[in-house]
Amino acid sequence: MQAELIDIRNHMAQYQPFDEMADDLLDTVVASIEVVYFKAGTQILEFGAASSFLFYVRSGAVEIYRRSGELYNRIGEGEVFGQFGLLMNRKVRFPAKALEDTLVYKIPGETFQHLWENDDNFADFVEIEDRSRLRSALSRREKSNELMTSKVTRLISREPISAPCTVRLQEAARIMTENGVSALLLTDEEGQKPLLKGIITDRDLRTRALSEALASETPISEIMSEDLITIRSNLFIFEAMLTMLHNNVHHLPVMDGDEVRGVIALSDIVKYESQSSLYLVSNIYHQQDKKGLKRISRDVRDSFVRMVNEDANSHMIGSAMAGIGRSFTQRLLELGEEKLGPAPVPYCFMALGSMARDEQLVVTDQDNAMILDDSFVPEKHDEYFLALAKFVSDGLAECGYTYCTGDIMATNQKWRQPLRVWKDYFTDWIENPKAEALLNSNIFFDLDGIHGETEFAEQLKALVADKASTSQRFLAMMARNALNRTPPIGFFRTFVLEEDGKHQKTFNLKRRGTAPLSDLIRIHALACGSRAQNSFERLKAIGNTKLLLDDDLGNLRDALEFISIVRIRHQALAIEANREPDNNVRPEDLSPFERSHLKDAFQVVNNAQKFLRFRYNTQVARNV
Amino acid sequence: MSDASSDDSHVHSLPWPEQYQALARESKSPILKAFYESGCPSPDTPVSDVRLLAIDFETTGLDANQHSIVSIGLVPFTLDGILLTEARHWVVRPKLPLHQTSVTIHGITHSDIDKAPDLEKILEELFSYLNGHIPVVHYRNIERSFLDVALRWRLGEGIRFPVLDTMAIEAFLHPDRQPSRWQRLMGKKPVSIRLADSRLRYGLPHYAAHNALIDAIATAELLQAQILHHFSRDTRIADLWL
Repeated sequence: MQAELIDIRNHMAQYQPFDEMADDLLDTVVASIEVVYFKAGTQILEFGAASSFLFYVRSGAVEIYRRSGELYNRIGEGEVFGQFGLLMNRKVRFPAKALEDTLVYKIPGETFQHLWENDDNFADFVEIEDRSRLRSALSRREKSNELMTSKVTRLISREPISAPCTVRLQEAARIMTENGVSALLLTDEEGQKPLLKGIITDRDLRTRALSEALASETPISEIMSEDLITIRSNLFIFEAMLTMLHNNVHHLPVMDGDEVRGVIALSDIVKYESQSSLYLVSNIYHQQDKKGLKRISRDVRDSFVRMVNEDANSHMIGSAMAGIGRSFTQRLLELGEEKLGPAPVPYCFMALGSMARDEQLVVTDQDNAMILDDSFVPEKHDEYFLALAKFVSDGLAECGYTYCTGDIMATNQKWRQPLRVWKDYFTDWIENPKAEALLNSNIFFDLDGIHGETEFAEQLKALVADKASTSQRFLAMMARNALNRTPPIGFFRTFVLEEDGKHQKTFNLKRRGTAPLSDLIRIHALACGSRAQNSFERLKAIGNTKLLLDDDLGNLRDALEFISIVRIRHQALAIEANREPDNNVRPEDLSPFERSHLKDAFQVVNNAQKFLRFRYNTQVARNV
Repeated sequence: MSDASSDDSHVHSLPWPEQYQALARESKSPILKAFYESGCPSPDTPVSDVRLLAIDFETTGLDANQHSIVSIGLVPFTLDGILLTEARHWVVRPKLPLHQTSVTIHGITHSDIDKAPDLEKILEELFSYLNGHIPVVHYRNIERSFLDVALRWRLGEGIRFPVLDTMAIEAFLHPDRQPSRWQRLMGKKPVSIRLADSRLRYGLPHYAAHNALIDAIATAELLQAQILHHFSRDTRIADLWL
């Protein structure tokens, strides 16, 4: 290669798969190039023509078509096309057309062959289709975080210590001390083999036995925790962490079927995650007033940035942030009840939106509501609940969870109602769907009881799961709303040349990326009658019903993960640079790697929206 | 370009292919004889069938009689492709001292120059590319006149050939590129026909580096774009060359 061609070489070295190519190999590529200019609208490759070049877009944009004439992909600066023809039978499989005035570098078939034989990275890159490329990019990333690659069984260091649940308090304490464990499993020995019945922890002994001055002869079954939260032995450590965060438990029995393999504790996980977000959560419960909560709320962003830097995935980060937000709320409710006295009637405090979905990030407002017991009498009780709601809402605002601009908060009387009114609300939304009203109530379809009678929230979830799946009009209306926000696909192509492009210097990764995705996942989940709230969990539930193909599900999961992680990284970078984090990304701030995979991800969103339109459009027409 | 003596004026008014034949007969220099014998396409040849050679000189100044060539970049091409395999770049030793300001412009240092051969040493190789190709330049008054003068010094004989000039094409496309005083008052800017500015109008990328080779490539790309936008693949070469 002539040294004076360095400009051309430098350009290619920025982009996959040339970025990791050996210097001498890249020199060979540059020296073999033929440069050609194509005017916008010109055919570059005809179907079935001999294909003897790999095409590299130096500037401009190219559209790739399927044989059927359907648009398959758009290719922009730094990307390649024509590889399939070269790999298959040297006939063009995907015709290509210049979308803009385009300068391409043609790499001859012989050079392609040479690269393919001598550079594994190159060979992998050209052989893999876009979407699988997205997947391998994600898995490469996740490989670097041990929490995501190690199974929970790795944390089990000893046989589980258990006792029959008939033992007395003192005996239980003695067994724990002798064995040096902070949790004791309690089993029911009645049947053929012992069955896990409950658990008792150091903390339980302190809070339930000592502080209540229980007699040492008290049967342990009176104070043990039943309805155990457990984890299956084939899951990853990060899933154990999510489970602990979500349920605010510090010990998890690891199960093989109904057999206990061992118990893992919070402290086992913390070893893997230095400066854990789990620490922050337990710290929240130690705060005695709003001032203390406000003080440690400053650590939330640090914890977020740390997780990003440790290559946690979006599910972990979203759950951790939601867990933290939930803990702040729960602690504020406890403090509020201490101040105002116990609630006059049972109630459930409900998280809505991203917190309920376990998909919270650092830029978030508070969305919450209260479900009151049906014995609620407004004149007698509402003063208390308003005061409590206000206490929590103000506290959250002080801790950085700004007030909801749509006034979806328990302080709003409309969202502080007895269970039967809530049931009416949901029934009305589902059975008499109106697009406008549903737009505003969308957020209520992500709900989670986080304090008090969480059973109330479960009743609402059951009602939704039951009614939504059979109301096609409701689903169609939700689908129509979900299609309002489209991915910025084509953005990378049109960004430079778009006529009104001057005003469009950024795009919003939430509004145009994660939100449309979680919207459409919610609709499919509702159609399946799933009660799951988290988008990844919903995808699993959808998978069980075969409503979507496994491939499509996988693509949706990857797309959600990738867009989320780019959004998360964008916010972490802003925090580290002392800027206020937001969701608006300038394409030039993204790496070529991110740009190229984001495009794949947006294409997935686009296709998924098409499917949603196809699935519900006809039904709208039939019912209206 | 060479001053036409009275003997030459008849030859010089011939169409290019016939002129090449006549010059091939007259020429004493084997290099130039071979160049003219390699021929010139007929004026009616569609531009898409013509073998072109983008060529760019970096010089110590603008006057061929006072200044010298410092580097030469060239790349053969057609409308279907610019062949980087055959791209070449030479630094040659100028006859005149290298002016300090030029040094920074070209990115060529005194030690490069000291190691560089005289143009004469690379003539044979240079002509192996020129033969059978129509040169393409951006601003013909540099390349054609500098080569003509340089060959007079070294071969005792000048050179004549048609060129495609991408700057002349831009000048032709933008006859009113200087805004009137009134338009200027209204904020209208003159249209620049410099290489980098012309390229922008066709969506061609910006090249950070400046050397004779990348400029030759940039010129070749510009000609492809100009022809596809304003002419056609079938445009007669005679309508384009000067």
